[in-house]
Amino acid sequence: MSEATVADTRRLNSKPQDLTDAYGPPSNFLEIDVFDPQTIGVGRNRFTTYEVRMKTNLPIFKLKESCVRRRYSDFEWLKNELERDSKIVVPPLPGKALKRQLPFRGDEGIFEESFIEERRSGLEQFINRIAGHPLAQNERCLHMFLQDESIDRNYIPGKVRQ
Amino acid sequence: MSFFSFGQTAEIDVVLNDAETRKKAEHKTEDGKKDKYFLFYDGETVSGKVNVTLKNPGKRLEHQGIKVEFIGQIELYYDRGNHHEFVSLVKDLARPGEMAQSQTFDFEFTHVEKPYESYTGQNVKLRYFLRATISRRLNDVCKEMDIVVHTLSTYPELNTSIKMEVGIEDCLHIEFEYNKSKYHLKDVIVGKIYFLLVRIKIKHMEIDIIKRETTGTGPNVYHENDTIAKYEIMDGAPVRGESIPIRLFLAGYEMTPTMRDVNKKFSVRYYLNLVLIDEEERRYFKQQEITLWRKGDIVRKSMSHQAAIASQRFEGSASAEKALSQAKEDDN
Repeated sequence: MSEATVADTRRLNSKPQDLTDAYGPPSNFLEIDVFDPQTIGVGRNRFTTYEVRMKTNLPIFKLKESCVRRRYSDFEWLKNELERDSKIVVPPLPGKALKRQLPFRGDEGIFEESFIEERRSGLEQFINRIAGHPLAQNERCLHMFLQDESIDRNYIPGKVRQ
Repeated sequence: MSFFSFGQTAEIDVVLNDAETRKKAEHKTEDGKKDKYFLFYDGETVSGKVNVTLKNPGKRLEHQGIKVEFIGQIELYYDRGNHHEFVSLVKDLARPGEMAQSQTFDFEFTHVEKPYESYTGQNVKLRYFLRATISRRLNDVCKEMDIVVHTLSTYPELNTSIKMEVGIEDCLHIEFEYNKSKYHLKDVIVGKIYFLLVRIKIKHMEIDIIKRETTGTGPNVYHENDTIAKYEIMDGAPVRGESIPIRLFLAGYEMTPTMRDVNKKFSVRYYLNLVLIDEEERRYFKQQEITLWRKGDIVRKSMSHQAAIASQRFEGSASAEKALSQAKEDDN
């Protein structure tokens, strides 16, 4: 019996793709922007908030569009919740900048424009990394952070079902 | 090595009878260099000559015996003292005595069993060699000649394709298919990846070939993983319903046949690793074992077929044509 000397490299048969799938919007649309920093308050009680706007078509998120205001400590709260409850390696937050909060600085400290921009960019990277992670997407703390008006620190941690 | 210049020393070397005609094969040495060695297959006879050359003319060489051995052994790097010999043949060439002049001895190891393929790995080495020895009181004179053994297989009767649906619930579902489960070393992996659900942002997809060498038994098992190949099969984000083809030519990579539990000492297995990487550099992968085997290079025509071809050279020979078609039928 003769053996084939050249291997058959023809493609395997595959189902033709549905054109609405091919040209429709992809099912993985998720965009989160962190922008519009506003410093609120006076004197020593000042703090900066950022707008966190999310647009998505992932079914796990109840709202397809949401817009909330969050401050740095809210991001810290989210990081701690995820480190405790989820199995993911949580990415780092931009620095706490304690040195900038000391008195007798020549500049505006944590309200310096360049610092706020650096921090904004780091927070945006942070939240996008987490929200796209399949193992973090069903954490209630993430949904509350992104889509609820305010964060209830006495919430019951858990998973969100689709 | 004698300290007294008035002793007699000898050199010994081994030469194969078919050194002119026998093919050589490349084989990696322990330090990564590549060398060529004579290639043998299971059942082949190993025959040759042992030349003993006396260095100081006129002096006699006292010895306790001259012999040649054919050895197949497994050496575990973490246990160098113990060589596990699975083939050990000896031919005595000379009884203890004196040699007055240089001499050549013939030897033949007939139809030697060589059950395993030569292998040099990360933690283990399997080798075959001829060793000629002149036994002496203080120290032996010894010469080793390594050979390389390849194990051949034929096309397996059963060679099912590998087809599976895997994924992460509600995030990513794919169906992957590879056309075979057993591939020879010069084969082509033909397959496809079909996307059923894509809710993550995929950046690209690759297929890796991983070699896993396992040594030791029981609680002391060592695995050495080595990525032999990384081959990108998709660049960009797929959507539901897309089929990505795979065509991976194995001949370009340095691989050995799959070796399972060789002499109960080690295994060498190969895996295809399908890896998807998303925009945040997260990796999603699925590993699948494949069996690799070595195909013989020469397609051996039967004797009758060869004779028929030879007789065809005589023009107009009706009997030659008949012989040729008969031989073809016999072959099939």
